[in-house]
Amino acid sequence: MQVNEKLAVEHGLKVEEYKLICELLKRTPNLTELGIFSAMWNEHCSYKSSRLHLKKLPTKGKKVIQGPGENAGVIDIEDGDAIVFKIESHNHPSFIEPYQGAATGVGGIMRDVFTMGARPIANLNSIHFGSTQHKKTKNLLRGVVHGIGGYGNCMGVPTIGGQTCFDRSYNGNILVNAMTLGLVKKNKIFYSKAAGLNKPVIYVGSKTGRDGIHGASMASASFDDKIEEKKPTVQVGDPFTEKLLLEACLELMAGDSIIAIQDMGAAGLTSSSIEMASKGKLGIEINLDKVPCRETKMTPYEIMLSESQERMLIVLENGKENLAKKIFDKWGLDFAIIGKTTNTKNIELFFNSEQVAKIPINILVENSPMYDRKWKKTKLPKKNKIQKKDLKNLKILDVLKKMISNPNVCSKKWIWEQYDHTVMGDTIQKPGGNSGVVRVHGTNKAVAAAVDSSAVYCWAHPLTGGKQIVCESWRNLISVGAKPVAITNCLNFGSPEKEENMGEFVECVEGIGKASKYLAFPVVSGNVSFYNQTKEIGIKPTPVIGGVGLIKDYTKMITMNFKSEGNLVLVIGKTEGHLDQSLFARTILDEKNGPPPEINLFNEKNNGETILKLIEDNYIKSAHDVSLGGILMGVSKMCIEGNVGIEIKKPDSLLSEFEYFFSEDQGRYIIEISKSDIKKVTSILEKNAVHYDEIGTLVGKSVSFNEKTIVPVDELKSYNNNWLKDYMR
Amino acid sequence: MKSSVITFPGSNCDRDMDVALKKFGFKNKMVWHNDNELPKSDLVVLPGGFSYGDYLRCGSVASKSKIMQSVINFAKSGGLVMGICNGFQILVETGLVPGVLLRNKYLEFICRNVFVKIDNKDNPYFKNLEKDIFELHIAHNEGNYFCTGDQLKEIKDNNQVAIYYCNNGGKIEEEFNPNGSIKNIAGILNKEKNVLGMMPHPERMIDSCLSGEDGSLFFKNLLNNIK
Repeated sequence: MQVNEKLAVEHGLKVEEYKLICELLKRTPNLTELGIFSAMWNEHCSYKSSRLHLKKLPTKGKKVIQGPGENAGVIDIEDGDAIVFKIESHNHPSFIEPYQGAATGVGGIMRDVFTMGARPIANLNSIHFGSTQHKKTKNLLRGVVHGIGGYGNCMGVPTIGGQTCFDRSYNGNILVNAMTLGLVKKNKIFYSKAAGLNKPVIYVGSKTGRDGIHGASMASASFDDKIEEKKPTVQVGDPFTEKLLLEACLELMAGDSIIAIQDMGAAGLTSSSIEMASKGKLGIEINLDKVPCRETKMTPYEIMLSESQERMLIVLENGKENLAKKIFDKWGLDFAIIGKTTNTKNIELFFNSEQVAKIPINILVENSPMYDRKWKKTKLPKKNKIQKKDLKNLKILDVLKKMISNPNVCSKKWIWEQYDHTVMGDTIQKPGGNSGVVRVHGTNKAVAAAVDSSAVYCWAHPLTGGKQIVCESWRNLISVGAKPVAITNCLNFGSPEKEENMGEFVECVEGIGKASKYLAFPVVSGNVSFYNQTKEIGIKPTPVIGGVGLIKDYTKMITMNFKSEGNLVLVIGKTEGHLDQSLFARTILDEKNGPPPEINLFNEKNNGETILKLIEDNYIKSAHDVSLGGILMGVSKMCIEGNVGIEIKKPDSLLSEFEYFFSEDQGRYIIEISKSDIKKVTSILEKNAVHYDEIGTLVGKSVSFNEKTIVPVDELKSYNNNWLKDYMR
Repeated sequence: MKSSVITFPGSNCDRDMDVALKKFGFKNKMVWHNDNELPKSDLVVLPGGFSYGDYLRCGSVASKSKIMQSVINFAKSGGLVMGICNGFQILVETGLVPGVLLRNKYLEFICRNVFVKIDNKDNPYFKNLEKDIFELHIAHNEGNYFCTGDQLKEIKDNNQVAIYYCNNGGKIEEEFNPNGSIKNIAGILNKEKNVLGMMPHPERMIDSCLSGEDGSLFFKNLLNNIK
């Protein structure tokens, strides 16, 4: 096949990029080499549009052992233990083939974590779908949930939390983001940096097939009418092999045979071999005849670009080959010595005793394009004046029932009951709460994790939205009694080649950076997914934050279900009545304009730390952050989970009932305390200058407001629990 | 008391079972599927998971694995063999207990707490338990127990039903049946009552901060019964 501009463009490269390749190589690349460049230089692998901006994120901190740049981030959780975690997108493949797309997304992120020597201990996911009225939504949701479950359940790793959203903007581009946490001893972390000359390069895991060729390039382009034709670019998952690979790798890692290890994820053998050599400032030589293939007559091009799953590349110490082979034989996995490290600083490929590619590695990595794309700032929208007359005809009970069964608020039990969330025997907080929590096996510690997004806020004002999700993640961790430690982010956006979308990206990142810096909640890993658009229609900007926190004594963990009658309920943080962009404004008033609620980072930090202090002093019986839908949604959910009622009294203020109960002001929590503790609690709150309202007392089995409106908790429960189940069956 | 937990490739509740058995005083050994001989054991457990990926019928490949011949011989000579979840699926594939396990009624994996009622305490697993109704945890895709009418009659005649799905008051009705199992059957014994297969996972209910503690009662009692 003749390599020329046209073929390069078909590989997703720009004409200028192709010219640069020829210039750097001082010749025309052959087909295999062109394939390698296209794999390394696409958006997904090279971060060419995002690198410049990602640099601005705070990535360091006292607890950070490894920030971005490795397979996953690592944080210190004391006593010699560390948590390895990362979130990653698998959006494009999941839209084309929901089961396999989602399954391999989960498989890929778990590999990233155990590549570093950590045993995965928890999975989470954030999934976004189109309108519930859209004809594809149901099948996509079913396929994605089955895929996530199919892979995670088989691996025996509990799925402890997640988030599901529906919005029209995902009609043509769903989002599937998967997060994994792993546990490792601090002194047994493995990295991908190769070292030493003539070290054997080992291929282990599944055989290489023709699946997933150009997967990463596909993920770096928008969809058009022909997406069905892209099905072959979706990889096929085999969780059983991955389970074996996990056990075999951990067994080998217990010794000291491994110099560097890297999973074959996006762009397969190409990116894994090049990354390891590049980090070690070495060359690498691979004999492609030695690569275990499951199909006949595979060409060097296909072998290098295959994205077959469940494969790893290892640089081994000399003389450890037999020991390693024995372990992989025991687990029934392929093991092949396919090459060695060299001092040439080139990647050199051989096939049928002929050299089929030779590229200086620094060209592929350091010379990869980086763009300072044009972007447009989003102005803060003008505040809407919601008229009293708009609210006049509304009844609070009708609004409550409508909102509690809203697809974005309702219980997601139908989803998370399909995920094994209790395997490994350490899940102490199941999905459905503020954060999932797992014990650190055999200790008194526990790790909490949550995933969040607020695409509507980010769409209305990216800078505020970016800050908001970091704060929401922080609050979700604090609500279970965890001290927030660090975050991972999955940045899902439209085309970076459009100024508006690029602007959304830049400003969301800026917002994330500001909040995470202020809260000392650094970003340790992440992933960017651009081109989430079909033809000209892109998604709402959807950065997803995965937060991780530590609970030093798991007996102090807090759950959100109201505990006992007679206890008092307080709202922590000030309610200002901000309705713009709230669920109430959007779904009840059909008002889509206006700014998102403001973020006050000082209050956020102060309120959160004060809540942690109250938890430490054992005053809090249950807690929940105030988020989508406002106070009344939060209180109702706490009643539903606890199966106990509440008499609510709206505090005196200038705000109307609707503004008080449904506004989405930030930095707020709902807490339950014992009546006898009220003085001590309020004195701590006052001392820390934290605003609070006392809003009611737990009593009976009904939710009542101001003594005139009453609804049984059971009725709210059925509204909340049934919507999704009924929709799916 | 000595126990053995078999690890098949793809087992994923083997560690959990090991933790539970040790917590309640068993001296447990992990046994590799490719071994020929069972260590000396008072109890053999086939744990949950996805043995051999369950790519054929669940449990069918595992039922033919090397160690299983010893397990079958052990069971036939009266040894206690307990299969949980995937272990239950393996047991029906060996024929040690009757019936089959089909996909769940709604074709969905189910992970949640359930109540089960113990039907028959005349066996080493449930003898001496004070309670009849237990809260346990299920996590499976193929737990829909099925057998022919003749088999069902024989099972009932021989008192082989171990546990039924029920509500917290012990009512055994279709609405409390999570997966479509015939007659709400959640666990089955062999005729001789030394082999037990059940879908619920007692090893996930051994701590008040986990899903619950009814599993602890089960293991403590089991140890006492074997002693």
